[in-house]
Amino acid sequence: MAKAMLIDLTRCIGCRACQAACKQWNDLPAEQTRNNGSYENPPRRSAKTWTTVTFHEITQPPSEAGEEEGFAWVFAKRQCMHCEHPACASACIVGALHKTPDGPVLYDDKKCMGCRYCMIACPYGVPTFEWHKAVPYIRKCTMCADRIALGMEPACAKACPTDAIQFGEREALIVEGRKRIKASPAKYVDHIYGEKEAGGADMLYLSSVPFNELGFPELGEERLDRYAGLAMLAVPPAIVGVTALMAGTYWIIKRREQMMAQAAAEGPEAVESPEEEVA
Amino acid sequence: MTTYVQTRPSREMRPFPVRAVAILLVLMAIGLVTAIVRYANGIGAISNLSDGRAWGLWISFDLYCGVALAAGGFTLAATVYIFRRKKYYPIVRGAILTAFLGYLMVIAALLVDLGQPWRIWHMIIYWNPHSPLFEVGWCVLLYTLVLALEFSPNVFERFNMQVPLRWIRAIQIPLVIAGIVLSTLHQSSLGSVLLMMPDKIHPLWFTPILPGLFFLSAIAVGPAMVIFESYLSSKAFGHRLDPEIPAGLGRALVWLLALYLLVKLADLLVAGEFGLIFSSALFSVLFLVEVLGGVVAPLILFALPAVRASERGLFWSAVLVVLGLILNRFNVSLLALEGRPGVSYFPHPLEFAISIAIVAAGVLAYVLATRYLPVLQHEAEQPA
Ligand code: SF4
Ligand code: SF4
Ligand code: SF4
Repeated sequence: MAKAMLIDLTRCIGCRACQAACKQWNDLPAEQTRNNGSYENPPRRSAKTWTTVTFHEITQPPSEAGEEEGFAWVFAKRQCMHCEHPACASACIVGALHKTPDGPVLYDDKKCMGCRYCMIACPYGVPTFEWHKAVPYIRKCTMCADRIALGMEPACAKACPTDAIQFGEREALIVEGRKRIKASPAKYVDHIYGEKEAGGADMLYLSSVPFNELGFPELGEERLDRYAGLAMLAVPPAIVGVTALMAGTYWIIKRREQMMAQAAAEGPEAVESPEEEVA
Repeated sequence: MTTYVQTRPSREMRPFPVRAVAILLVLMAIGLVTAIVRYANGIGAISNLSDGRAWGLWISFDLYCGVALAAGGFTLAATVYIFRRKKYYPIVRGAILTAFLGYLMVIAALLVDLGQPWRIWHMIIYWNPHSPLFEVGWCVLLYTLVLALEFSPNVFERFNMQVPLRWIRAIQIPLVIAGIVLSTLHQSSLGSVLLMMPDKIHPLWFTPILPGLFFLSAIAVGPAMVIFESYLSSKAFGHRLDPEIPAGLGRALVWLLALYLLVKLADLLVAGEFGLIFSSALFSVLFLVEVLGGVVAPLILFALPAVRASERGLFWSAVLVVLGLILNRFNVSLLALEGRPGVSYFPHPLEFAISIAIVAAGVLAYVLATRYLPVLQHEAEQPA
């Protein structure tokens, strides 16, 4: 059964323990960052930082219960979504990325040639590249597949002090998410982000504000490789079709030329040769 | 049978273009040094590429434009050898040379752009048939081999190697057909690559038939490139071309451009996105410049007999087609393709240095090949 994580943003307090635990477990070096006027740090994910917590200041309209217009923090822990039908894996020229039956989408250092198509294809902006290395690789969250294999939960889930990150079976977590939304409909938007997005993902989110306000992309339910997949299916028939068309055209025109040459040789009145025609 | 007039002065008469070659060599040297820095310190050391914009100038210009601009090779080969319009025979070798050099230039750029270029052969052993880029890779590989073979008679003739020459001539037609098939796949597969990002490319450019539009625009830019370069090389090397040849290509371009325009606009109409042409702010401007300047304007020009009767008229109309194609490929693979939030990109000067060095190497190879090989001469060989 596929493993997944349910990330309940209403429980997140922005402590970034998950960010630190990820670095620790995966042996990722520190990053030099600058104060850019936000608590968010580092400002983006990179090959050295696979998960970050984004900080959002949300204005809340006055509530029906009489509360005044207010302002609230919402934090979002972001990382690879471990898609059910990963665009990165469909895109990769050498199949270096693949969805494992356990859930994690994993990357094979040995295959990658560094074309970076996966980075372009991923709808969530996840794969990152080692831009300043002579021998660079793609880096991204692995869902701690090595820990899962040992029967442990991912480092971030383990570290979270508020249980905002819950690790488990995907189906069970969806049921759990629905239950929480149903229990407090005022607290949550009625949307489990990741359940259906681009064909579904193993990272499932609950939130108190619409996801687009938190920088989550609005994706349809269909898988992203739907058009590219069709184009690839058209390749074999295209090979046969174009070959037949060209060979046939060549044969017909050549034959016509021969017949005309013959006619010209036999009859006294010359027949115009085809090359007089104009494209 | 048609005879071909030998109008090109013998090669001994032309002085070696010392100054031009020196400039090209300097540009190449700058690129080489840049490449060395890149191999030592990573792509980040010489480029403004980032996680938010992982493909930039090299992919849009060297790969996307490079492949399309090499389309003259297969369109001309098809015209001469399959459709047997023999009057174009004198320019087919030049077109194949350009295509061959074009593909070598694409490979050179990939050797800089790929993170681990020494692993480029991995696509031969690790297959992912779902990946459009896998198709692109195989097409580059195979078509470059086909082009090398199509070009090889120039070398065999020069050194009077009769045996391989006979072999090549024996497989000429299958070779040409293989080239057409591979080019059809390759031109369209560059469009398929972009199909993976339906939500990131502006709807003025994104369409499920992108591969078809890529193919149609490539077969339109092929003849335009041939007009463009045969004008330049006739000016540079002083040999004269039968004016009927570019005029005929111009006539064909009217139809090719009209077809491309029709499909492109019909696709927007069917998708109900026609209004976007005028309501997309900066994207409207890019789209209108691309389509009006690069398709509609040359379409009208090529349709005018006065333009087709003038060498320069043909040349400048072809320039419009080429520029329009370049803008199209930049639009769809860079400008209208969303990067990650908060990331802006303009190529680093050293990115330009790499692209310029590769173009310089291509020009130098063209000059040397046309000088020392019987490319522009129309010798004994006739289409089989
Ligand atoms: S989020 Fe991106 S990198 Fe992660 S599995 Fe999905 S497509 Fe791949
Ligand atoms: S950069 Fe590596 S993992 Fe990503 S698509 Fe290219 S080969 Fe595959
Ligand atoms: S550890 Fe938990 S509470 Fe802290 S930032 Fe991460 S998800 Fe939020």
